[in-house]
Amino acid sequence: MCGIVGLFLKKDELRPRLGDMLTDMLITMTDRGPDSAGIAIYGDSSDNLKITVQSDTDADFDGLEAALAGHLGAPVTMRRISTHAVLSVPAEAGAAATAFLDQRGIRIMSAGTSMEIFKEVGLPRDVADRFGIRGMGGSHGIGHTRMATESAVTTMGAHPFSTAPDQCLVHNGSLSNHNDMRRRLARKGVHTRTENDTEVGAAYISSRIAEGASLGEALEGTLKDLDGFFTFVTGTRDGFGVVRDPIACKPAVMAETGDYVAFGSEYRAFANLPGIEAARVWEPEPATVYFWER
Amino acid sequence: MPVLDMLTTELRDVNAALHTAARGQANEAYVIENPRGAHAIAVGLDGPVSVTVKGSTGYYCAGMNKTATVHVQGSVGPGVAENMMSGEVIVDGDASQYAGATGHGGLLNIRGNASSRCGISMKGIDIVVHGSIGHMSAFMAQKGNLVVLGDAGEALGDSLYEARLFVRGTVKSLGADCVEKAMRPEHTALLADLLKRAGADARPEEFRRYGSARQLYHFNIDNADQY
Repeated sequence: MCGIVGLFLKKDELRPRLGDMLTDMLITMTDRGPDSAGIAIYGDSSDNLKITVQSDTDADFDGLEAALAGHLGAPVTMRRISTHAVLSVPAEAGAAATAFLDQRGIRIMSAGTSMEIFKEVGLPRDVADRFGIRGMGGSHGIGHTRMATESAVTTMGAHPFSTAPDQCLVHNGSLSNHNDMRRRLARKGVHTRTENDTEVGAAYISSRIAEGASLGEALEGTLKDLDGFFTFVTGTRDGFGVVRDPIACKPAVMAETGDYVAFGSEYRAFANLPGIEAARVWEPEPATVYFWER
Repeated sequence: MPVLDMLTTELRDVNAALHTAARGQANEAYVIENPRGAHAIAVGLDGPVSVTVKGSTGYYCAGMNKTATVHVQGSVGPGVAENMMSGEVIVDGDASQYAGATGHGGLLNIRGNASSRCGISMKGIDIVVHGSIGHMSAFMAQKGNLVVLGDAGEALGDSLYEARLFVRGTVKSLGADCVEKAMRPEHTALLADLLKRAGADARPEEFRRYGSARQLYHFNIDNADQY
C-alpha cells in the first residue's frame, strides 16, 4: 500500500499551519504503511543552501559545524533535530559540502534553498513528533508513510527521496524496470544512493529536468520510460505535481479550495482540512499529469 | 430516526447496530453522521433497513448488501457495493475504482462519475452511472446491466460475457470481444425501466448497446493475441 499526502497552500496566512495540517493528514494514513514515514517541507526560501543530514550516532554531529566551516572556509550554521541536522552553507559551496559529508559517512537526506526532508523508520505520529513537524511552517509539503516492498525498511529507504536541490518524490506502488533504469541513469552519470525503486524514479525526473525538461515534461516521461505501478507526487521549490500510471490501481484523491490544493491516498486524509465540505474533490485521471506552481 | 455519529461511535458499533436493525426486519431508517471517509461503512447488511450516510466514505461502503437501502450523500471510495446481492445503493457524488465489482443483484445508482473498473466481473447487478466511467469498466462482466449517461473510458467490456452495456456518450475504446449491438425493443424497454428506477434524466433512444461477440468463450488459436 503506502500512504501519500500533499498540501499546497494558496494563502500566506495558512503558512504557519502547514506542518500541523500535513501531520494530521499523514497520521490518518498510518494504516496504509507502518514501516517508516517522512515529510518534505518547503519553508522560507534562503540565499544559502540547506543540506539536511541524518546519523544514528549523536557523536557524528559533534563539531560537525566547525569542521565543515573549516573545510569550506565559509560560515556554516547547524540546526540539530533528533537524528537529523540542517546545515546551512553558501550556495556555491554545495558540492564541496556534500563531498565532505559523504566522506564522513553522514547520510544526506536533501539539499535546497527551501526544502528540508525529515524521515525515519517508525509510525507517522512518532516520526512527526521527534522532528517537531507540527511546528514547521511553509508554502507546501509532501508526506509519505511506507509499507516496504522493493527495498529494506531503513531510514534511507523511507520517502521522500530527493535527487536534486529542492526536488523530491514520494511513491505508492512498485516499479518493475528500476534496475534497468538505474543502469541507464548511471551511464549518464546520474547515481542513486540506495537499492530503492522510488529513488530511481526521482533520479529519472531530476535528470530530465537537468536536461532542460519542464516538470510537466519530466512527469510525462515517467509514463513512457518507467514500467510498473505508480502514483507519484513530486515537489519542487515552486509547487507540486501528480501523475498515475495508466492502470491507476494505486489510489489517489485530490481536493481544491480557494485556500489550498490537497492530495491524499484516501479521502480520510482530508477530513480535518478547513472548508473540505465545500471543496472540489476529484480523482486524478490515469496517465495524466497535474501540477500546481506559484 | 436513530442517528449514529461516527465522531463518537466506533465503526464496529455502527455496523453492529445496522446489522441488528436489518435482522429485526422492521424497515427502520438510520442516519450516519461524520463518516469522514471511513472504510467498510454499512457492509454486510442482510435485511430491510434504510441507511443515509451524511458525507463521504472510504473503501467498500455497502459491500455485500442484501435487501437494504444505503444512500451516501457524498462520494465513495473504492469498491462501493462490492458483491451486492440485492437492495439499492445510491451515491450522490462520485465513486472511486471498481464500483459494484462482482455484484450479483440489486441497483447501484451513482449520480456522479465512477472511475476505473466500474462493474468489473459483475454477475447480475444493475449499475446506473449518471456521469462518466473510467477505463476497463465491465471487465469480464458476466450478467446484469451497466448504464452510463456520460462517456466510457478505454477498453470497455474487455473479455465480456453476457452483461449488457448501455452508453449514451462516447466510448474511448472497446475491449477485446466487446462489440456494439443493435438496440432491440426488449432492450429499450429494459433501459427505460432502469432509467426510471434510477431517476435518470435520459431517454433510451439516446443510448448505444454493447455486448459480447462471444469469440473468446472457448480457446481458439486464431484469437491467441486477444487473450
